[in-house]
Amino acid sequence: MGTFIPNTKEEQLQMLNEIGYKDFDDLFKVIPDEAKVKGELNLPEGLSEIEVDRKVQALANKNVIFRSIFRGAGAYNHYVPSAVDAIANKEEFLTAYTPYQAEISQGILQSIFEYQTMIAEITGMDIANASMYDGASAAAEACWMCKDRRHSTIYVSGAIDERILRVINTYSFGRESKVVVIPAKNGVTDAEALKAALADDPAASCFLMQYPNFYGVVEDAEELCKITKEAGAKFIMYVQPLSLGVLKTPGEIGADIAVGEGQPLGLGLEFGGPYLGFLSTRQENMRQIPGRLIGETVDTRGDRGFVLTIQAREQHIRREKASSNICSNEAWCALRAGIYLSTIGPKGFEQVATLCSSKAHYMAAELDKIGMKLAYDGEFWNEFVTTCPDADKLNAALEAKGILGGLKICDGNVLWCCTELNSKEDIDEVVAIAKEVF
Amino acid sequence: MVDPKELKYTKDHEWLRYEGDFAYVGISDFAQSELGDLVFVNLPEVDDEVVAGEAFGDVESVKAVSDVLSPVTGVVVEINEELLDDASLINSDPYGAWFIKVGSITETDELLDSDEYDKFIEEA
Amino acid sequence: MKLIFEKSIPGRGQDIFPACDVPVVLPKEDKLRKTTVHLPEISENEMGRHYTALAKRAHGVNDGFYPLGSCTMKHNPRINEKMANLPGFAKLHPLQPAHTVEGANELIADLEKFLCEITGMAGVTFQPAAGAHGEFTGLLLIKAYHHDRGDADRTEILVPDAAHGTNPASATMAGYKTVVIKSNENGTVDLDDLKAHLGPKTAGLMLTNPNTVGLFDPNIMEITRLVHEAGGLCYYDGANLNAVIGIVRPADIGFDVIHMNLHKTFSTPHGGGGPGSGPCAFKDFLAPFAPGLVCKDGEYVRAEKSIGNMTGFYGNFLVMVKAYTYLLTIGKDVHTIAENAVLNANYMQEKLKDIYPIAFDTTCMHEFVIGLDPIYRKTHVSALDVAKALLDYGIHPPTIYFPLIVHEALMIEPTETETKETLDEAIKAFREIYDRIFNAPESVQLAPQTTPVLRLDDTKAAREPHLRYEF
Repeated sequence: MGTFIPNTKEEQLQMLNEIGYKDFDDLFKVIPDEAKVKGELNLPEGLSEIEVDRKVQALANKNVIFRSIFRGAGAYNHYVPSAVDAIANKEEFLTAYTPYQAEISQGILQSIFEYQTMIAEITGMDIANASMYDGASAAAEACWMCKDRRHSTIYVSGAIDERILRVINTYSFGRESKVVVIPAKNGVTDAEALKAALADDPAASCFLMQYPNFYGVVEDAEELCKITKEAGAKFIMYVQPLSLGVLKTPGEIGADIAVGEGQPLGLGLEFGGPYLGFLSTRQENMRQIPGRLIGETVDTRGDRGFVLTIQAREQHIRREKASSNICSNEAWCALRAGIYLSTIGPKGFEQVATLCSSKAHYMAAELDKIGMKLAYDGEFWNEFVTTCPDADKLNAALEAKGILGGLKICDGNVLWCCTELNSKEDIDEVVAIAKEVF
Repeated sequence: MVDPKELKYTKDHEWLRYEGDFAYVGISDFAQSELGDLVFVNLPEVDDEVVAGEAFGDVESVKAVSDVLSPVTGVVVEINEELLDDASLINSDPYGAWFIKVGSITETDELLDSDEYDKFIEEA
Repeated sequence: MKLIFEKSIPGRGQDIFPACDVPVVLPKEDKLRKTTVHLPEISENEMGRHYTALAKRAHGVNDGFYPLGSCTMKHNPRINEKMANLPGFAKLHPLQPAHTVEGANELIADLEKFLCEITGMAGVTFQPAAGAHGEFTGLLLIKAYHHDRGDADRTEILVPDAAHGTNPASATMAGYKTVVIKSNENGTVDLDDLKAHLGPKTAGLMLTNPNTVGLFDPNIMEITRLVHEAGGLCYYDGANLNAVIGIVRPADIGFDVIHMNLHKTFSTPHGGGGPGSGPCAFKDFLAPFAPGLVCKDGEYVRAEKSIGNMTGFYGNFLVMVKAYTYLLTIGKDVHTIAENAVLNANYMQEKLKDIYPIAFDTTCMHEFVIGLDPIYRKTHVSALDVAKALLDYGIHPPTIYFPLIVHEALMIEPTETETKETLDEAIKAFREIYDRIFNAPESVQLAPQTTPVLRLDDTKAAREPHLRYEF
């Protein structure tokens, strides 16, 4: 019974008659009968708003909201400042489309231009694009950017999140490029293995590492960068953006491309999406960038304005020769990231990264006291792996108290994550429960 | 200055100028005015082979991209790097703005002289 | 208007984070950032005003008519947003145990059922994050299917010349060669050209139906039959599903795989260019290749010969919540969407066709295309000029210069959520502009005059790219 069609049945009929059709059947006679649905679709009766509200709320209520979360692994429970929701939900932002008509889309265009600047700034790179679908697909596109006629093999660290690797592999099934995984050793990329592999392959196009990596370890990125570049390949870093409030940036390290999951920048956990892929790079790679780019220009009066630019890279112009097929991206999520970074500012950016690091180190030390030792000896930021006698048992005990524990990973160890939202009391509670369980 | 009267043309609006065993290739004044303001050009690399009648690069305007075809089969011995930095040279000086210099030429497309080309444009 | 960076004053800012309640510990010095980061230092009030000013310089469906062809800019119901913001969805970690997200997985399963019924397909993957991503997914399914049968020599995807640019671009990403099929004089697929290009190399055909000139292909059954006879599969680009939802099911007319744009047909907001969601529906023989993890009986499982993953987790879940909410509201009356979308388009076409040249003058579906070329040749007033003139009437212009097979194209899609009065006002604006084209052409060529900025120099933007603010 619900509808968003404004014209009444009478008005509809009147309009039909006015333009020479008897009824809707008459209007649709251009469609051959054999192509049409016979009878009614097997869908429920439409509902009023109150009924819909009730039904969907009931589904939402079936889910468990954890009051305390120590799980990351690609989705992070950071605080979303009030301003982010209040501003992003303005309907001018929400209900607009891609800013094709620049004169009435300056608000969208400028917000993305500001976002591009902020992403370039936090990653220490020259330029960034207007957004990608999510971190994993941004990584897959970044690998493709590095391909040229002589270089096609994609090298990936074995210490990255398997979800990222899976998307890279899926994209590569399409593009028919070879993906080689360099094994991880003691929680980090085996640098010697990388060196050996690249030395043997003149077709190596790039090497992608995660920073901090899936196990939370902040690897020796400079060493990996040096090995990669000496072999003539491009160096791609997949970064947790908030870590760059304290950690050395891809720009400082010498990366050619930085990508990552922008979800920590003012987006909720959202059961995995929509998230925000970001991609930044050096000026010289500008024409290989996939997706939308917003550029500054002037209008006929000489006033500053912003437009979609360098569009001849894109699918609507270059068609089968385009750098990617992406058009719709995650603009609204990028808006949220822009508002988030404006809210926290440079001071907050460092502060949140410091809080994450400090809480994680505190928790690791406390767990160590009860025998859950760090599995790897590398430096870490806000995630770390510990040994655990029985991860399932521990997580069940935590769940009973409304706490989402760390993620059990393949070898029975647990990957923990702390953010600014985990207080000392919350951490102490987890450690106390663990002590009780074992 | 290059005299457009001295050049040879293709029906796809490229021009060709021989210099000894080498040939320079660019696009005609008519082509650049039809394409509008050019913003970028993609060129092949030195030592690439080009084939008569096949695309060796493309030119971009704001809203379109167009292939540029080679009038000859041969090997690229030089590219005009200036165009990579400033594609507007193609608009301002189409006959000075050569794209590629080709050597080892083995085959040439059917070409028009300047008068024939002018007539061809008019008819089109 | 100033950039937010130009409003920044050192030392200003907002207090979000508490003091650290544990000892401060950072990774070792050699791991730390040395360069400063330039982010805005601005109060909440000033920041709010900045973004409010930006919002005023944007145009959404809520601001006015938005007949952007191929983009289905329909009303975005408020209830959708409310439901997606429920903490029971928005606060779920994607790696929570399955038994703690039963409601979310039930919603996904229900939405899958609805979309299967609407398309006639057997299954849906919600992995793709947008329409183009759905196309890529669908083509990978086709590729996996052929490879699995040991038929890897099928290397070509047929695409009509009127297709969305994403179709050939997606084909390339899937490792296929694009073979272009001509349109006939009626604007639909040229059957002879199709037959000439079908063969043992054909992996499949990608088709939008109704196509990008707004016409339903009357030979559709024949087209899909021919492709199947050649051993290819048929891909339905669901960008235009709004025209036929509830009236035609892609599976019934011979398609094997389809993507839908939840942000078009299913009323979820476009957000200034995303996030969308591009679920891909398929017949049962493609199910073994589907990407991603799906929750079945409390366990996450992966299809037996899965192509992998298109996104990290389960796709754009909150967008699914919005589309689900929409479908609960409309229910079995989904056909009224198509009926009114098609009615509104024909109404506008009929009221404009005496003055504006219609590219293919026949009953259109949910959109129609004006080919301004004859007028342009007479007056030098272009499709771009007409688009810019509409801005001064508070109307978002149609899609212009697409499809490529129509010169000086203006592609108009009113959608079903517009009133007769809105259409009449737009018709009046188009007719006034027509008069101005002949009586005061320069006023059209100089439009817009009432927008925050006048026409912008696209050439300068592309020749001297400035993609960021320099500090």
